[in-house]
Amino acid sequence: MNLEHRSAARFKPQAAEALQDDNLKRALAKAKDGFVLKRLQAVSNLNEFESIRTEARRIKDHVLKHLDYYLEEFERKVIATGGHVHWAETAEQACNVVQDIIGGEGKQVLKGKSMVSEEMGLNAALEQRGHTVVETDLGEYIIQLAHEPPSHIIAPAVHKTRDQISDLFHQEHPKYGLHKRLTEVPDLVSEARQVLRDKFINSDVGITGANFLIAETGSTVIVTNEGNGDLSQILPNVHIVTASIEKVVPTLNDASTLLRLLARSATGQEMSSYTTFSTGAKRTDDQDGPEEFHVILLDNGRSKVLGSDFQDILRCIKCGACLNHCPVYGAIGGHAYGWVYPGPMGSVLTPLIIGLENALDLPQACSLNGRCGQVCPMSIPLPDLLRRHRFKAFQQGLIDSRTKYGLTAWALMVKRPRLYHALTSVLTRVLALMGKSKGSLRAVPFASGWTSARDLPVPQGQTFQQLWAKRK
Amino acid sequence: MSDARRQIMANIRRSLGRDELPESAQLELRSRISEPEQGIRPHFDQDLAERFVEKLEAVAGTVTRVPSLKQVPAAVQNYLDQYQIKAKLVMSADSTLAQIDWPQDWQIEHRPASGGDHVSVTGVFAGIAETGTLALLSGPVHPTTLNFLPDDHIALIRADQIVSHLEDLWGLMRKHAHMPRTVNLITGPSRTADVEQTIQLGAHGPRRLHVVLVESSA
Repeated sequence: MNLEHRSAARFKPQAAEALQDDNLKRALAKAKDGFVLKRLQAVSNLNEFESIRTEARRIKDHVLKHLDYYLEEFERKVIATGGHVHWAETAEQACNVVQDIIGGEGKQVLKGKSMVSEEMGLNAALEQRGHTVVETDLGEYIIQLAHEPPSHIIAPAVHKTRDQISDLFHQEHPKYGLHKRLTEVPDLVSEARQVLRDKFINSDVGITGANFLIAETGSTVIVTNEGNGDLSQILPNVHIVTASIEKVVPTLNDASTLLRLLARSATGQEMSSYTTFSTGAKRTDDQDGPEEFHVILLDNGRSKVLGSDFQDILRCIKCGACLNHCPVYGAIGGHAYGWVYPGPMGSVLTPLIIGLENALDLPQACSLNGRCGQVCPMSIPLPDLLRRHRFKAFQQGLIDSRTKYGLTAWALMVKRPRLYHALTSVLTRVLALMGKSKGSLRAVPFASGWTSARDLPVPQGQTFQQLWAKRK
Repeated sequence: MSDARRQIMANIRRSLGRDELPESAQLELRSRISEPEQGIRPHFDQDLAERFVEKLEAVAGTVTRVPSLKQVPAAVQNYLDQYQIKAKLVMSADSTLAQIDWPQDWQIEHRPASGGDHVSVTGVFAGIAETGTLALLSGPVHPTTLNFLPDDHIALIRADQIVSHLEDLWGLMRKHAHMPRTVNLITGPSRTADVEQTIQLGAHGPRRLHVVLVESSA
């Protein structure tokens, strides 16, 4: 797949290409069952899961209803603890803010994993100014070496096989004097640790994301397993946090409720190894920590999603459970979706941020099996929201004319029962005659789109209504 | 006030169909912050220390339980011997650690960790039984690098420092400590599953986390 020119508007060809990729198929097959099973186990081990889920939904709905208040309160506390808050309506504004904070040229910038920074296109913007960006999460590091975007919101390199990672390291690490091609997981992890150690210690700026922002204390929270997000923020002199505006929660207790759902839904852990609360810059007597602390609050269209039919998606805590349980994601991986967020949550969020007209196929890339909605810890009705996008696309005349006329003809027919019965009884008879000896049809005129990938079982010659009438 | 801020606030309020909240509503929200809701705590019957140890061991942390502070050096020595590590330690300057008579021939330094340090020994602010989690606060006596740079992190906790749930930690902090620059909740050693979803310990932080649990505060 040409990842540089991928886009949400080119979903179909990208998905078709992904389905032909054997490495991708192997990698996704390895990941999927693990995620699903571990989550199931963690959720079954917590008797209170359902009641905590209800509580979590209540907390987030409360925040969204009072988002202006909690953001201002958060801002007040950050400033009171010696930090700075910057607001950005667009990705471009947010990138400019980061550039201004960093200043100069040729700085080395550490990055902890941040999906919002992907939304901003931050790495490219910084590199354009001559800064060196080092992704420090192992998965992010791997895909940075491969010049690829993440394909999963919590496991960015889930599409890579171990063999591919071995090749990447073997190709990129000789410049550090590491020439051996490693194939075992412990060796690969150890080598990445060694390479990144120096970078941690010799960088100017650290940028992390935020899983939560706490209005009570002005803290930003990251949840990680590797410790890279921590080293990224305590070693450089400047710590910048990129966060979207809906991440704020009122108190530390509210964050605790959400934390009980987050890791369980994401990786099946009860707690991730490191949950870190960062509040302001280092204190006067502290011996380490950053001299400067900046939080960038990015809107990027979310304030307009608020109060709309799609507000529920703003409860999302980016756990990735909906991706892990989606048969479409499981078949094509994340890159085919064409923008930052893949899978069900992405198919809802992407059209809201970049415009439905630019992502028309995403809400269609769904069998409405409903698993995403069932596993979502924040009870976001993902299938309903996807259907709503489809409806809006029809309403706004964004669908192609064949589908439009087809649907209009269909509506004309189903609103006239006698016409409908007459036509269907002719159709079933014709199909039955066509496939008499074969039992199934490989091709049906005017329906090649449907039959190109499957056979149509031959109807027995009478409609259901006719059979029912006979039975009576 | 920046233009972006003004615009975002205006958009939010337009979407919510209202102006800035009236004073009375703001007061209500302020008290929701000053008197935090207690949340739903996962129920367990176990003794706090038992639960803490069980949960920590379940995530590949190791624990030695000793009766009093006197046995701490021996417990640390055992650990160092087990991995054949020299007694060259970087240590936090917590009051509990200061009460311990460390062997004269150990090389102990109280400072932030650097890339070359193998072992750190630190105190903790609290432990959380619910998930086997350690809570460490940054401060003049406790540089945060001690928790992340060395290969081995040895943490000392007294049984009476273990609280039941996460909310209890916040309760303690609201009472006794201001929010420091960094609060680290640590649940096991550093790990990654980014290569084929295979769990591997020791990604960027400590490869091993060892807890010495002191049963009595005497």
